[in-house]
Amino acid sequence: MSKKELLKIEDLSIYYITEDGTVKAVNGIDIKLNKGETLGLVGETGAGKTTTALGIMRLIPNPPGKIMSGKIEFEGKDLLNIPEEEMRMIRGNKISMIFQDPMTSLNPVMTVGEQIAEVIEIHQDLNKQEAMKKAEEMLELVGIPAARVNDYPHQFSGGMKQRVVIAISLACNPQLLIADEPTTALDVTIQAQVLDLMNNLKEEFNTAMILITHDLGVVSEVCDKVAIMYAGEIVEAASLKQLFENPRHPYTLGLFGSIPNLDEEVDRLKPITGLMPDPTNLPTGCKFHPRCPYGTDICAKQEPKAIEIEDGHKVKCLIYEGLVDAEVKR
Amino acid sequence: MTSNVAKGTMTVEKKKNKKRSQWAEVWRRLKKNKMAMLGLAILTILVLTAIFADFIADYDNVVIKQDLVNKLQGPSAEHPFGTDEFGRDIFARMIHGARVSLRVGILAVGISIIIGGTLGAIAGYYGGKLDNVIMRVMDIFLAIPSILLAIAIVSALGPSLMNLMIAIGISSVPSYARIVRSSVLSIRDQEFIEAAKAIGANDLRIILKHIIPNALAPVIVQGTLGVAGAILSTAGLSFIGLGIQPPAPEWGAMLATGRPYLRYAWHVTTFPGLAIMITILALNLVGDGLRDALDPRLKQ
Amino acid sequence: MHKYIFRRLLLLIPVLLGVTFIVFTIMSFTPGDPAQLMLGESAPPEAVEQLRAEMGLDDPFIVQYLRFVGNAIKGDFGRSYTTKREVFSEIFARFPNTLILAAVGVAIAVAIGIPVGIISATRQYSLIDSISMIGALLGVSMPNFWLGLMLILVFSVGLGWLPFAGFESAKSIILPAITLGTGAAAIITRMTRSSMLEVIRQDYIRTARAKGVSEKKVVNKHALKNALIPVITVVGLQFGYLLGGAVLTETVFSWPGVGRLLVEAIRQKDTPTVLASVVFMATTFSFVNLLVDILYAYVDPRIKSQYSK
Repeated sequence: MSKKELLKIEDLSIYYITEDGTVKAVNGIDIKLNKGETLGLVGETGAGKTTTALGIMRLIPNPPGKIMSGKIEFEGKDLLNIPEEEMRMIRGNKISMIFQDPMTSLNPVMTVGEQIAEVIEIHQDLNKQEAMKKAEEMLELVGIPAARVNDYPHQFSGGMKQRVVIAISLACNPQLLIADEPTTALDVTIQAQVLDLMNNLKEEFNTAMILITHDLGVVSEVCDKVAIMYAGEIVEAASLKQLFENPRHPYTLGLFGSIPNLDEEVDRLKPITGLMPDPTNLPTGCKFHPRCPYGTDICAKQEPKAIEIEDGHKVKCLIYEGLVDAEVKR
Repeated sequence: MTSNVAKGTMTVEKKKNKKRSQWAEVWRRLKKNKMAMLGLAILTILVLTAIFADFIADYDNVVIKQDLVNKLQGPSAEHPFGTDEFGRDIFARMIHGARVSLRVGILAVGISIIIGGTLGAIAGYYGGKLDNVIMRVMDIFLAIPSILLAIAIVSALGPSLMNLMIAIGISSVPSYARIVRSSVLSIRDQEFIEAAKAIGANDLRIILKHIIPNALAPVIVQGTLGVAGAILSTAGLSFIGLGIQPPAPEWGAMLATGRPYLRYAWHVTTFPGLAIMITILALNLVGDGLRDALDPRLKQ
Repeated sequence: MHKYIFRRLLLLIPVLLGVTFIVFTIMSFTPGDPAQLMLGESAPPEAVEQLRAEMGLDDPFIVQYLRFVGNAIKGDFGRSYTTKREVFSEIFARFPNTLILAAVGVAIAVAIGIPVGIISATRQYSLIDSISMIGALLGVSMPNFWLGLMLILVFSVGLGWLPFAGFESAKSIILPAITLGTGAAAIITRMTRSSMLEVIRQDYIRTARAKGVSEKKVVNKHALKNALIPVITVVGLQFGYLLGGAVLTETVFSWPGVGRLLVEAIRQKDTPTVLASVVFMATTFSFVNLLVDILYAYVDPRIKSQYSK
């Protein structure tokens, strides 16, 4: 695995500006991803994961969405500063995306073959027939008989549709695959199959991946690195091993506390108290402080900085700036 | 069992409170819609005009009294919209025409809602064969373009205000039957209906007290737009001589009488047509606004 | 698919029977004795009595209805009270004129409504969107017979550009077709816009964008086909309403079609012609709806597969 840097996001902020207020969906996040690496982006619903993904694709619906600041460097190029036409040639080609709900992700009036062939035609110098041929190969690759190339989406089950979506996203052999909760909408048994398929193909093509999920179990199976998102911020980023063995942010601990652990004897789960803050009216200081068991007065006033507590392990919490006296432990 | 019943009544109560606040919410959203508010303002003026028409222009001495010396005069200070072929003031006739149009429109829609709503509620609530029979008959009615159906009815019954309302009313029965039926179907099996059944309410009571209020929203929207349609149909039927008979002032009939004089008395056809258009426009604005307010999903 | 079409054609039979029954029943309420009407006020009572017997007017209602249907299938709708000519041939001679008018009206409506709807939707809240929405609102609010008169006032009386009565040349169709098509154009514009706005927010549009499909293709290829599905229904319905609306437009422009025939017949209390005209137009409407449903199945694979099962 080459250690070449593929994606570098710095200080990215994305807001949705509506009549009823401004939703601060993403607030100054940093992400680094090397070629072939898989990053798990974890957080609750509304933490800004999907917005981040759409931001990388430059597909934030505008209006109301707006990228307020930051840099998204992909293969050394700032994606926020290239013309739309150039960005379009990257979408589906070098960066592609799998969406959450396969039931609605496919166009109901086009055959699956046409939908796979379309992305091939756009980005590769192939004619319609050759693209169709390649589409058939892609179908086989994701485990669907090529004979079904002329079928319409409604003739497939949810799991099969997600396979088609995966075929579309991998058809041009992308450098980066963004998968937004690719298995959430599927049955549990199908989830494992689809996840395996993605993992195998990713290995085969040496594709880097950002896997968006709220499921730490999935992360542990697939990812190399993890970033935990809360209220539009990355509160903790680390390698898989570091994060699972030594989680340091109170919110990350909360997430682990919410998962039943079969190895340990625990009386009861320790869910995080309270709810996600209203994104139009985020708390001052540390955005997690109202729910944090270690929160003190200063947490409401001072916004924490990201502190690197060990190599490649960053945490955004005042405890590690020495401003709050507490020891965070499982 | 007792606790079940208690729970049932509670659900019903809750639902009622929710309904009330829902209407407040609808009004709040409607108020934000400038176009709908414009429509509502126009409509208010029209309704007031219709109610106080007699104070604005005397019916016997101005509206229907002929004054042939002054026939087909263009707009002037004395006659702002000119006079018609019998020398009658067009403005005064339009004022009284508002009364006719609104009355026919509202009553015709009333007829449609009562008949269509009842049929739709019965079809949806009881389902099965009865539903099938009613809806197939409605389908057949829908196969006849409504204006043609209205024309057939009036031409058989003879032209009069009453027959016109009946004809227009009957011709749009099927759309209300469909709307009410589908709302009934969507709420028939909900918990609070079950609860009402559990506490022993009879069918009629359930339909009147629970199902009708819940089907109200789409009916109101359709009804507002329906009044517009009915006014248009009234004008159209009067235009071909099947509506309100002279000398009573009706917008459609008024502009029809101007047709032979189009060349040198344009005002006779122009102004009553504008009145129709503005009325329909206002009703459409309010209807659209209500629909958006009732279904916020459609608005971003 | 053929099976589906065949089944739909079969289903049309009870609908048409129902339609004729309703119209026949309504028309039977017409006051006056048809035999008397045919022979005139001064006819001797014996002659009237004899004609009544000949026409079977003394038979029970249902027998009269069945006889009407039986004759109608053979293309015999009786004779006009006023012209004494065969009603069917009278209608058939005028029907092409009405059909042409309605077809040109729909063509105008579609040619304006769909592009304007798409442009409005893709530039939501822009100036062009506001203008077309106000235009559409005025279009649905205008009584078409009034619009027709206003067009005559401007283009025939005022400018003298276009003829305003009869069907002499291709030019004659311009004003009546615009009159007839305006309301439909407005409705199609609104429908296309709202349908397009709904579709453009769908996940599969986002998928298409994520594939790198150009915005133009996203609209014209991915969104349009989906957005047009509900529009097709509206176009079909509008065609039916246009046939009805033709009654008024044909009166305004003295257009030699079925609509005007109907109005004349009503004025002269010519019941057989009224009955036959309404049945004829309702039948046409039913056929148009059938065509629309078939077209629907061709556009939407979900419906197609549902029916070919």
